[in-house]
Amino acid sequence: MPYQIIVCGGLAPDPLQTLEPVSSPAGPALKNEMMLPAVFDPWAGHALYEAAHLAKQHPGSSIKVVSLAPKAKLQQVMMTIAQKLPFELVPLDGPGGGFTDAASIAAVLADAIAAIPGLDKSQVLLFGGWESATRGAGTVMQMVGEKLGITEQFLAVDELTIDADGALVIKERVEGGQHQVSRCTAPPAVLAWATGNLSEPANHPQTGMANMRAMMPALQKAKPASLTSALTFADVSLPAVTRQTRIVKDVPAAEIAREIAEWIKQ
Amino acid sequence: MTPDEAPELKPLDADILCVGFGPATGGFLTTLTRGLGEASIDSRAMPGLPPQVLCYERADDIAFGVSGVVTRARAIRASFPDLNPDEIPMAARVTDEKLVYLLDPHGASRRPALMQFADKLIEACGGLLRAEHQGWALPYCPGFLHKRDGFIFSLGQFNQWVGQQVMMTGLAQIWPSTPVAGPLVENGKVAGVVLAADGSEVRAEFTVVGDGPIGPVGRRIDETFGMPPGHQRDEWAVGMKMVVDLPDSCDLPEGTVFHTIGYPEPEIFGFFYVHPGRVASVGIFVPSWLESPVRTSYRFLQHFVQHPYLWRYLKGGRMRSWGAKSLLESGRRGEPFLTGNGYARIGEGSGSTNVLTGSGVDEAWLTGVQLAEAVLDIYREGLPFTKENLDARYTAKRRASWLDHESRIAEKARNGFQRGVLQGFIGMGLAGLTNGAFSIPRPSEDKHVRTAEDFFVARLSRSEIETARQNAAREGKPLHDALMDLCGWPPIEYDGKILVSHQDALLMGGKVQAPPDFPDHVVFRQAAVCSHCASHLCAEICSAEAIHVSTTDPQGVPAFDREKCIHCGACLWNCPDSNIEFCAAPGGLHSAEN
Repeated sequence: MPYQIIVCGGLAPDPLQTLEPVSSPAGPALKNEMMLPAVFDPWAGHALYEAAHLAKQHPGSSIKVVSLAPKAKLQQVMMTIAQKLPFELVPLDGPGGGFTDAASIAAVLADAIAAIPGLDKSQVLLFGGWESATRGAGTVMQMVGEKLGITEQFLAVDELTIDADGALVIKERVEGGQHQVSRCTAPPAVLAWATGNLSEPANHPQTGMANMRAMMPALQKAKPASLTSALTFADVSLPAVTRQTRIVKDVPAAEIAREIAEWIKQ
Repeated sequence: MTPDEAPELKPLDADILCVGFGPATGGFLTTLTRGLGEASIDSRAMPGLPPQVLCYERADDIAFGVSGVVTRARAIRASFPDLNPDEIPMAARVTDEKLVYLLDPHGASRRPALMQFADKLIEACGGLLRAEHQGWALPYCPGFLHKRDGFIFSLGQFNQWVGQQVMMTGLAQIWPSTPVAGPLVENGKVAGVVLAADGSEVRAEFTVVGDGPIGPVGRRIDETFGMPPGHQRDEWAVGMKMVVDLPDSCDLPEGTVFHTIGYPEPEIFGFFYVHPGRVASVGIFVPSWLESPVRTSYRFLQHFVQHPYLWRYLKGGRMRSWGAKSLLESGRRGEPFLTGNGYARIGEGSGSTNVLTGSGVDEAWLTGVQLAEAVLDIYREGLPFTKENLDARYTAKRRASWLDHESRIAEKARNGFQRGVLQGFIGMGLAGLTNGAFSIPRPSEDKHVRTAEDFFVARLSRSEIETARQNAAREGKPLHDALMDLCGWPPIEYDGKILVSHQDALLMGGKVQAPPDFPDHVVFRQAAVCSHCASHLCAEICSAEAIHVSTTDPQGVPAFDREKCIHCGACLWNCPDSNIEFCAAPGGLHSAEN
């Protein structure tokens, strides 16, 4: 059967850049956030690549990406992501950082999804990242599903197959390095992906240009999302990164390994 | 288009294709989209829509441009009369500018006798001359070198700022991570481009070539249509820099600019300028007329930042970004045919850099603006994009502007460097102070890379060089470190912050990436040529240690590691036998702060 796959995915600052938290009148932010290169959230990226894989196997399927981010940044990132696979974009103009609360984000996403013309809930697979690179709350997808009335929810998904009866067979990560395999007879379902099994597709410029014919007008018309959060932050900081470089000569590899292990223990 | 459909493989049509997103294309797209927004101009490829304008950029983001810049910004300010540097991260007005002569604290550089005499004089009269920390801020700085009232930018941040504004108009699409393999030439006309990712053709009525001096589209066009008589691209430099978080002890205000001469080698120019937020850019230019067969940029950069005049400000700081690029230093002599049927050249690859004033970004921007104005005229008049129409509107505009006037003054300014460094400085002064009326004649034969034995004559014995060469070959290391050590350059004591290994600079500063699914973009054309190469200058100059000579077969073809390459293109013009092809590929630097 064809699926209507909806992928929720935002943006994250390119983690290779120098990220510095600063205070702004609107709360915490990253220094020069609008000028930082951004990437499609890697967790949502896994979901998107899995969606493309599934859609290819089931003719007639469609992929819509619902994305909340500053539309200028969203347009810039889409110039890369749109080259990877065919999809439609439902853009929502709003903050892209992690300093917004999960419930207000989920409400905005659910409203946008519910407003998609021609949505047939019996075909809907709601994909997204289990977590996100900006917020890491791991709760947005559940809340979006709840607001849309989709109660079959699977978190930390690593694999989805469709069996001969058309049922969804889903492999979720559980504690202890184990997987739990579930069988869901039919959509709708929420699948919040961990890493999946697929690598990032190569860029295909013609796919990008074909996608962009619809995306550019959609981006131009993107409306500001109304977030209604009263969340405040007491403090923000970057995770501590420790780097120590020491130049050594003629030290056996085993000795270097021992020293590194000692350093990690500290 | 649905997910189960195969991607279209038919050629796509656009009206205007731009190759490369740098300051020239930024100027072009800024001006063009403003014009398209104001006028009612229809697409010729897709009637009923505005002209379809696509721009392909090789790097993985439009902010990954490589260069800081101090510029008078005349053309940029003309485009943005209310330009407020506060809107652009790392931008500042120039507040203090000095030209500093740096002495050699180690006595290891190759200074001509007259320069050595000057050093002794400055040391002897240091107090009188107000020399300090082995450097002398010259009391007079010729006007042509000044960037007064100008700006300091990070080109990465500037590109990001410009690109966002262009894209938000909805009138142009800028595609990053989309390298272009070459032009599509049909019947003497450029009919579009061929993309490197999948070999697909994208056709357009007009192609804007702004992919810089090492870009494959510009180079292919030069090969196909030739260069104007007497024009050639034979003078280059590697610009290598780092962006540094200054230590608390540094009290230099933002907008401070030092231009330096004299160190680490007399031929190497340097710069140091202070951005807002206690951040500085510091770097050097290693030119092609430094005849060393083991020229290197990274080792020289490490010595440069440790020069006492600069180290007093930098010590305790931390590298936050690093990068390098090739600069075309031929100036007007390197200007190709600016137009042809279906295409036009803009930016550094069009020979717009002024080699006397050391200014390129603003000039590149202006070429883009001028071309966009010409394109809008052509649309309004309903004309085709022929060479004749482009020459009448773009070339003529360029010839009548300050850009061309100043490039003529600069045209012969660097002739003297082909004779020697002192003659080079005298020649620059002569040309600059007489508005180009006088210059030092260029010798009949230009400087060429010499053998190590010739270059280090009277400094190192043949046996010392041969032993170093054998050791380097055995260990698979470049030769420059060993020979510089022998010449008295002190070892680099890494501090893990500014002074880091070359590979750490790639990781910490350049954040170099190489996406999969692309073949090696540096190709050694003929193995036999490499096997007869005495210098392997490609490996010595490589800005990223991405080219290695085999330890088991030192006379074999060097190995290339695309995971390290920063796409500076230095290997391309340093190969004495032109045996390297530098193809289009994505990846490279991922720092947005250069």
